[in-house]
Amino acid sequence: MNSFFKYFSDIFRAVTSLLKGMSVTAGYFFSPGQIVTQQYPENRKTLKMFDRFKGEVIMPHNGQNQHRCTGCAICETNCPNGSIEIIQAKVDMPDGKKKRIIDKHIYHLSMCTFCGLCIKSCPSNALAWGQEFEHAVFDRTKLTKILNQPGSSIIKDIAE
Amino acid sequence: MSFSIYDFTAFNQAIDKALFDNCSPFWATVWELTIIGLVFLIAYALMGLFLVYAERKVCAFIQNRVGPNRVGPYGFFQTIADFIKLMLKELITIKNADKVLFNIAPFIVIIVNFMAIAAIPFAKGLHAIDFDIGILYVVAVSSLSVVGVLLAGWSSNSKFSLIGAMRSGAQIVSYELSVSLSLITMIILAGTMQFSAIVEGQADGWFIFKGHIPAIIAFVVYLIASTAEINRGPFDLAEAESELTAGFHTEYSGIKFAFFYLSEFMNMFIVASIAATLFLGGWMPFHIGGWTGFNNVMDFIPPIVWYIGKTFFLIWVIMLFKWTFPRLRIDQLLTLEWKYLLPINLVNILIMAFIVLMGWHF
Repeated sequence: MNSFFKYFSDIFRAVTSLLKGMSVTAGYFFSPGQIVTQQYPENRKTLKMFDRFKGEVIMPHNGQNQHRCTGCAICETNCPNGSIEIIQAKVDMPDGKKKRIIDKHIYHLSMCTFCGLCIKSCPSNALAWGQEFEHAVFDRTKLTKILNQPGSSIIKDIAE
Repeated sequence: MSFSIYDFTAFNQAIDKALFDNCSPFWATVWELTIIGLVFLIAYALMGLFLVYAERKVCAFIQNRVGPNRVGPYGFFQTIADFIKLMLKELITIKNADKVLFNIAPFIVIIVNFMAIAAIPFAKGLHAIDFDIGILYVVAVSSLSVVGVLLAGWSSNSKFSLIGAMRSGAQIVSYELSVSLSLITMIILAGTMQFSAIVEGQADGWFIFKGHIPAIIAFVVYLIASTAEINRGPFDLAEAESELTAGFHTEYSGIKFAFFYLSEFMNMFIVASIAATLFLGGWMPFHIGGWTGFNNVMDFIPPIVWYIGKTFFLIWVIMLFKWTFPRLRIDQLLTLEWKYLLPINLVNILIMAFIVLMGWHF
């Protein structure tokens, strides 16, 4: 007798659970306002990527055209596939010593795998992720970028 | 020639008379067959294309997506673009395949669809053949499609195809039983197997309301079993995409693949039509026995609109099944049929026969 009742209670539970599932999907069907798909080419003007999006490596500059890169080349050493080249320069300090500064921070976007090791390992937080992602170009050489802007200098209080 | 959207009988008889007046009886018959064949061919193609589009849109909305929206307004011409692409594709010949059976199989599936669709009443007078055993004919014919599926799987010389076809065979043979038994429940209530008489019998209320609880149980059982019979999710073991690539039509390409794809959607249309005709009154407007004023208001909506509305509602329910439930395992599938649906169905027939015997139905 027990198994007899179990048979019917099984059917009842199965039907209620199936109806519960169907009410969820039917609810989604009748509320198209919940659509999460973004219509990409149409919404280019208003498209804002999320904070942790890895678009490309950039070097932020402040208002006085100053960056935080000391030219230590740790990012170049850490890059697994050689997408970063550092060209250093020496300048004479007022006290007679010579100081190493960055001349060109060359970034090959075409070789980058977006692992983020350069950004993580930078001791002075000079690098960051940019939000730009439309990287398609007709000429490969355009993918080689110099991250420090021409004429830029280092912010004064950055230690080694 | 009088044309009315409410009753096509006079229109059809006028065409029939005009043909027989102007040609010899033989050629008149040939002309009539040609006209009906062309009408069905066009309706079949349009309906198939629309159902593919509808399926994609329904599934997109259920999953909070947008669905096809690039070709034409709201992506309405997407399936036409897909169809042109499939037409232009190469028909790959499989090495060591059984060429004759391989080429025949998609046509068997399509022909079976056409044979089933011929017996369905679309509106008053819009009915290709009105057999007095219409339901028996449809059940017999629609179970033939498994032959096409088995031939396709066997002749492809591929293990995926063969496993898919064998699963499909086991599934259709067992679920055919539940479909037929739930239809028999309604035949007991209707007292006839003729589609036109069944629809006329629902003039004072649809059978799902007239038959009390047994009719509702039969309706639910029919929906479940027919979803399994047409190999649609959650019972799509025959073409389980994640296990068997595409099941019995793995090796097909181009337009032959499109035939299988189209026939799947048309099978869905046919089972939804039969369910709409038997349980929800077919083209009969929503009538309540005795409420003459209400019934007259309902009569203003043309029967073809009622028919299409009911059929598409049921198609939507079947699509909702597919995009809600996960696929069953083969043992769960057979347990559901032999341990649950079949006993419920047999008891249900008994209750329905008793109700009809005692005259308790409306």
